[in-house]
Amino acid sequence: MSTEEILVGKAVSSEQNQEKWGDQAGRIRLRRWKNRVAHGAFLLATLVGVIVLAVLLTDIFRKGWGWLDADFFNNFASRLPERAGIKAALWGSLWLIAVTAPLTFVFGVATALYLEEYAKKGWLSRFIQVNISNLAGVPSIVFGILGLTLFVRGLGLGQSVLAGALTMTLLVLPIVIVAAQEAIAAVPQSLRQASYAMGATRWQTVQKVVLPYAFPGILTGTILALSRAIGETAPLIMVGAVTFIAFTPDSVFDGFTALPIQIWNWTSQPKEEFHQLAAAGIIVLLAVLLSMNALAIYLRNKFQRRV
Amino acid sequence: MSQTANHSASTAGGRFRRPRTWRNRVEEVIPKLLLVCALLSVITTFAILLTLLFETASFFEEVSIAEFVTGTEWTALFSGDQQKFGILPLVSGTLLITVGAAVVAVPIGLASAIYLSEYAPDPVRRVLKPILEILAGIPTIVYGFFALTFVTPLLKTLIPGLDTFNALSASLVVGIMIIPLIASLSEDAMMAVPRSIRHAAYALGATKLEVALRVVVPAALSGIVSSFVLALSRAIGETMIVTIAAGSTPVLTFNILESIQTMTAYMVQAATGDIAYGSIQYKSLYAVGMTLFLFTLVMNLIAYYIARRFKEEY
Repeated sequence: MSTEEILVGKAVSSEQNQEKWGDQAGRIRLRRWKNRVAHGAFLLATLVGVIVLAVLLTDIFRKGWGWLDADFFNNFASRLPERAGIKAALWGSLWLIAVTAPLTFVFGVATALYLEEYAKKGWLSRFIQVNISNLAGVPSIVFGILGLTLFVRGLGLGQSVLAGALTMTLLVLPIVIVAAQEAIAAVPQSLRQASYAMGATRWQTVQKVVLPYAFPGILTGTILALSRAIGETAPLIMVGAVTFIAFTPDSVFDGFTALPIQIWNWTSQPKEEFHQLAAAGIIVLLAVLLSMNALAIYLRNKFQRRV
Repeated sequence: MSQTANHSASTAGGRFRRPRTWRNRVEEVIPKLLLVCALLSVITTFAILLTLLFETASFFEEVSIAEFVTGTEWTALFSGDQQKFGILPLVSGTLLITVGAAVVAVPIGLASAIYLSEYAPDPVRRVLKPILEILAGIPTIVYGFFALTFVTPLLKTLIPGLDTFNALSASLVVGIMIIPLIASLSEDAMMAVPRSIRHAAYALGATKLEVALRVVVPAALSGIVSSFVLALSRAIGETMIVTIAAGSTPVLTFNILESIQTMTAYMVQAATGDIAYGSIQYKSLYAVGMTLFLFTLVMNLIAYYIARRFKEEY
């Protein structure tokens, strides 16, 4: 555009030329001004997220902080707000994660190893891959229906910790697989070749070279997936973990309730005190999430130094 | 699997036959074990499809498909002959939430992505990105609580006479929930645009805004659009926010100030109410689940297709 105008500008009289150049300077000022305005607008849009996060956290701490005392952690759910506590839910969530963690880790890593180290790039591996990315987009409540049909009724597990944990495993498995795949793919090819050159077999290479190198990445991915599992509510509702529970589970076949479910129960009560209890429950849930993320970062840094 | 078959075929015939040691047997068994684990995800997909199809089919033995697809009344949890199974109110409720969420999240998410990818100095980026990640990691139940106990009261002071349960508050918060998703996926797409193209535009005297809007965004458009579609599919499947804040009144309306019910919220309501196993209400859970699954599946496939088909290669 500007080249054309310069050429045209040369042809016209100097008077018009002056006008043209003045106009051009104005246009440049306008374009710069637009850029500055847009810069501000884009920054503002980005800050929306930050502001919402700040407002959300202050609101929750303001409502819930006063309820966090020893009683809150030692009492079971109750009709009376001042006697209600989070013991059953907290233990239920811990049980749920304790069972889900090894299952997702084993199946996630195995799947990733198959796809990255063993599978030929053919229709089968592509099919599995498309499947995994599609599963990652299935709403969590649909996984809940699957859990209800398959585990609660089909396998007759009832509304137990195991049924909930198996459902959660299927739900977060795609996240672990993708994270583990990325970690394994990032292992330098030269390390594998060095291992083969020493006479190692394929599995020895995977076991002694690839997995240790990829471990920090896999671990981080698993913990992040578990922190998704600990906050999920809908699948647990479908699996039926909503009944009134006033005990902590003793085995994987016991009934249970979980933190998000308890928070939901309190949120659905009309009384203001229960909303404050819900806020207190949310603080506990966020604290658990935060410590899991901190653990993930700590472990990643610790192992990364060693390799 | 086929790889090990090839492997043993090439060695078994030759003179250097592998000894049948324990180690070699491990080498042969491991890939098969891993494949079995990998097939778990395929089995999951089929299990989801089969459970949904099976119960949905038996639902349609009692309710005609035409009534389900075109009916404008949903009273599944009523007793006896007052039951009506027209899914349109639930679909309209879901779409209302999704459109509302898109109005919030698409401009803000895209603007955030442009800021992070084109404008933000490195230190600012290093602060903002983790904050967006935290926002993405907050459980939806927390957003639901926030919608009901903070956003709704706030809206009530602005709009007198607003229902406690309304689609507006829920869709705003669903929108906030999907902002990080759009921002981070779009930013990834923009970061993948080669530096040289930006430099070429700058060399022609373009401002940052012109580079962002006329060079980077068009070049990354497939990734950006597919991030929109993925985020909206997430909004369609979102459960807790709408269950808590949007109400449980299945009405065919496009008034965002009213109380509505989404497909997911109905599923929660049905699952927590005492409906008998094998009853028509129980089956309706699966029919609605199937509809929801199809909606999200189609959107995910569209996102996948856009990302692949219209990808600019450099």
